[in-house]
Amino acid sequence: MIEIRNLKKSFGSHLIWENVNLDVNDGETLAVIGKSGSGKSVLLKHLNALLTPDEGYIRIDGQNIFEQDYVNLRKLRQRFGVLFQGAALFDSISAFENVAFPLRYFKDIEEDEIQERAKRSLEMVDLKSIGDKSPAELSGGMRKRVGLARAIVTEPDYLLYDEPTSGLDPLTSDEINDLINYMADSLEITSVVVTHDIHSVLKVAEKVAYIDDQEISWSGTIDELQHATQKNLREFIKASEYLIS
Amino acid sequence: MNLFEELGRFSNLLYKTLRSSTEVKTYSGNLLLEMIKTGYDSLPIILLTGVFTGSVMTIQTAYQLTTSLIPKSTIGAIVTQSTVIELAAVISSLVLAGRVGARIATELGTMRVSEQIDALESMGFNSVTYLVMPRLVAGIVMFPILYVFALTSGILGGVSSGALLGTLAPAEFMTGAQQYFFGSDVVFGLTKSLVFGFIITSIACYKGYYATGGAEGVGKATTQATVLSCIYILFADLILASILL
Repeated sequence: MIEIRNLKKSFGSHLIWENVNLDVNDGETLAVIGKSGSGKSVLLKHLNALLTPDEGYIRIDGQNIFEQDYVNLRKLRQRFGVLFQGAALFDSISAFENVAFPLRYFKDIEEDEIQERAKRSLEMVDLKSIGDKSPAELSGGMRKRVGLARAIVTEPDYLLYDEPTSGLDPLTSDEINDLINYMADSLEITSVVVTHDIHSVLKVAEKVAYIDDQEISWSGTIDELQHATQKNLREFIKASEYLIS
Repeated sequence: MNLFEELGRFSNLLYKTLRSSTEVKTYSGNLLLEMIKTGYDSLPIILLTGVFTGSVMTIQTAYQLTTSLIPKSTIGAIVTQSTVIELAAVISSLVLAGRVGARIATELGTMRVSEQIDALESMGFNSVTYLVMPRLVAGIVMFPILYVFALTSGILGGVSSGALLGTLAPAEFMTGAQQYFFGSDVVFGLTKSLVFGFIITSIACYKGYYATGGAEGVGKATTQATVLSCIYILFADLILASILL
């Protein structure tokens, strides 16, 4: 379980957000939505302590992530899989090696099993024949899939998605959304999805948090989102041209 | 960021690198590759620089020694000692600041702005151990080796240009060279190149690792790494000459 309490973050004199309180229960998928520059990705990077807050704390299964020494923090981070906005694939190695990469260093397993698990992860994201292609040879959607395969190859407890569908065509976006659902349903992974794609939110999330005006201005279930009356949130949803039934 | 903050962050990066020296498994894979990139791949430019420096030095020294009272072998002595003490280390390092320093700053800077360093940290990696340690060690080990190549090619360039232009015979050159060739001068040159190797790789790693601001930020980091390396090489040269000679 992820517990976020009284989180505040500024860069210099610029306040990003404050008084952020959220809970993500085991197996749940939380979507964090908001305008570009509202600090969604900044919040996501706090969950595995890539960034540290000015105030407040985050507990992962009861452990305050910001109070860990670097050795423990690295162990805690291994429980997370992260899909970055641009996939963040290592361009000096092949796509397959990107997926196998975390296994080579953190799992004391034989080469045969590394190959097997990397292949299985790639199959899960429907990329069986990726071969030795370098990340530069892949399309945006394929890069995201490889990024996702790399994120799940270590069988993490938590998956963090940073704009998983941004820059993708509607069909590929839908495929990524299906994959997010598949991860949550079949692997029972707790997920946090940062996005401004309302269609994606409605498809994958169980809970939603809306960042606006430097705080979480609205949070609730996906059903409650459909009937939310908050003006800015309604405008945000309308602007995305998605009609809520 | 002021000078003291910058120095603090640089020292902290070096401290983290030193502290991670025991994590051999994390950086050993990259170490050989970095040694090849820094050493073997730089050989052509180093040999070219050495040959031309030695040749020009011979021509200019011959031009200045117009009196017949000084034996021609003196040209060999001057060229060799200048190359051993100063030129092989300093000129090759200034060239390598562009060749090696710029490469390292660009690689790490690109990894930073494309979130590849965040991806490493997210997986539980110590990114400093994985990225900075092998580059720093490769610089410290390979620069003295490159110095030996620069020195040898410089002397050979001097011998060749003297013979080709009819200024002095190779035997005369080598007589002078041997007369003033001291082992302690070579040790001094090796020490300088080791220090310059550390300066170039540490500054490049620092600038690249903390690069911000997309492609422009990477360009800025690369330029700063190259310019600062050249400045600090000249200062270090002065300090080492004052202390060791």
